[in-house]
Formats: sequence, structure tokens, C-alpha cells
Amino acid sequence: MTDPAAAVEPGVDVHEHAGVGDPNAHHHSPEQIRAEMRVYLTVFIGLAVLTAITVGACYGLKLPVHTAIIVALIIASVKGFLVAGFFMHLLSEKKVIYGVLILTVIFFIFLMTLPVSHHANPFGS
Amino acid sequence: MDAHASVGHAELEIPYNVHPRPDTGVYNAKLGIWLFLASEVMLFGALFSSLILLRTGAETWPRGYEMLNVPLATFNTFILIVSSVTVVMAWSQLRLGNLKWGRIYISATILCALIFLVNKAFEYGHEFREHNFPKTNNFFAIYFTLTGLHGLHIIGGVIVFLYFLGPGAKMWAHDPERFTNRIEVVGLYWHFVDLVWIFLFPVLYLM
Repeated sequence: MTDPAAAVEPGVDVHEHAGVGDPNAHHHSPEQIRAEMRVYLTVFIGLAVLTAITVGACYGLKLPVHTAIIVALIIASVKGFLVAGFFMHLLSEKKVIYGVLILTVIFFIFLMTLPVSHHANPFGS
Repeated sequence: MDAHASVGHAELEIPYNVHPRPDTGVYNAKLGIWLFLASEVMLFGALFSSLILLRTGAETWPRGYEMLNVPLATFNTFILIVSSVTVVMAWSQLRLGNLKWGRIYISATILCALIFLVNKAFEYGHEFREHNFPKTNNFFAIYFTLTGLHGLHIIGGVIVFLYFLGPGAKMWAHDPERFTNRIEVVGLYWHFVDLVWIFLFPVLYLM
């Protein structure tokens, strides 16, 4: 692959572009961005392997339903962490984004507990 | 650009499109997409909650792999993971100032999305031929609702990517940083769509 920095459009300053989008990264060098790209590829391999493990365990081994649920959800959570943490840059995000997400998680947990409360309601039909 | 047009552009310029807002620390579009994604979490969360309610309330519930095509869904999972990588690589290439490779990666993302949709169409077609419809039972009702809504999000993403590959790419010529930020924003949306599938796949197909 050719050096991307060498193929810059005329009149475009590579260094000025480095780090746009990430408020903490306005001074990222092309080398740092390439290092991030290597991390993305590593995460991709991790996601592919975890997908294979999930399918192998739940579909290949035909695990009992309760075990399958636990295994599949744990692996899905790890995959979710990889996507959110690295691809969505949540490992190095600003407080305002974390604030939005914390509020979202609280309401999401409430949503997930609604079915439980339904079954726990002794007066329910 | 002549002086008059330049003044007009400055007057109409929307602030904090490129550089972070001092009080939030992020540019406006980024905060906007995260607020949108928060609402999306609640949308899919309500449906996941419904699935839990239906499943725990049912006397019997089929194992997903007995009803659905797991190999095809596994392949689709892999395709979506690839598309997440291509999006983030497109953004990285644009940060490096390389529009050509940025566009190649965006095109690869669109291709992945189309492969996903074609596979999904085959899967739906098979279910319809087997006379499995949303009205058939609760399993297929929630299956078609969740995967259908997810598929609509894929289609929405494709439309946005096509825009940035075509007419939207003109922005690169006069405001490359803003264009790069836009790709980051649509990338965040796309990663969320991938994230939803990461949970949909085991919940519907493997449990």
C-alpha cells in the first residue's frame, strides 16, 4: 500500500488534518494515526475470533439453553466493549459523552428490568 | 471565491462544526449523534425488553438455531464486523488527508452493507417459503421486528454513505476537516448498528 500521507490532495496540510474528530488528538501525527489503524485491525481479528467461539460453543456444541445464554451474552458483551471502546473511541471520550451514556444506561437497565417486575408482580394477571 | 461570497459564507457559518465547543469539549455534530444513539438504545432496548417478556412468559420457546439459518447469519456477522473496520479505516485515511483511500474504504463499507442485505433477503425468502411470517408465532414476530428494524438501519446507513461518496464529497474541496468529522459521525452510527447486531445474533440465532 502506498504511503497515504504521500498521496495528499493538493493544498491540503496533512498535519493540520491529523486528529480531527478527536478533541484530544489535534496534534496526532500520521505515525500515531497509523498506529491507531493497526489497533483497529487487531480489534477486528479479536471480534472475528470471538464470533467463531460464540458460534462454536452455542451452535457447534449445542450447549444447554441456560449455559448458552450465559456464554453468548458474556462474549457479546466483550465484543460490544471492543466496538464501543476502540471503534467508537469511548475509551478516550469527553465527559459530556459519558454523561449522556450513563443516563442512557440507567434507563436501559430500567427497560430490561420491566419484564422481571412483571413476573414478580403478585397482582398481575 | 470572491470577497462577497466569502463574507456571506462567514455570516452563515455554523459554529463548532470542526473544532470542539469549549464547554462540551466536542464538536456539535458529535454530541448530536451521541444523543441520537442514546434514543436508538431506548428503541432497540424496548424491543429487547419485549423479547425477554415474551420468552420468559412462554411455556415453550424454540432454540434459534433450530428455526433459523445460523451459517448465513454467522457470515453476515463477519461482514458487519468487516464493515465496521472499513468505516474506521476510512476516517483514519481522511485524517491523514488521503481522500482516495477514504473513498475506497467507504465503498467497501457500502459493499459489505449490500452483501448483508442480500443475505438477509435470502433468509427472509426462505422463511416465507416455509410459511413463517410475523403472524406465525411470537418467535417469528420478534425475529422479523428486530431484524427488520435493524435492516432498515442498514439501509439508512447505505444512503448516507452513498451521499458522502457522491455529492457530499464536494465538501472535501473547501472544508476537509468538516468532511472528515462527518465521516466520523456516520461511522459512530454504523458502529452502533454493528453493536446491535452483535447482541441480536446470539439472542435470536444461538439461544
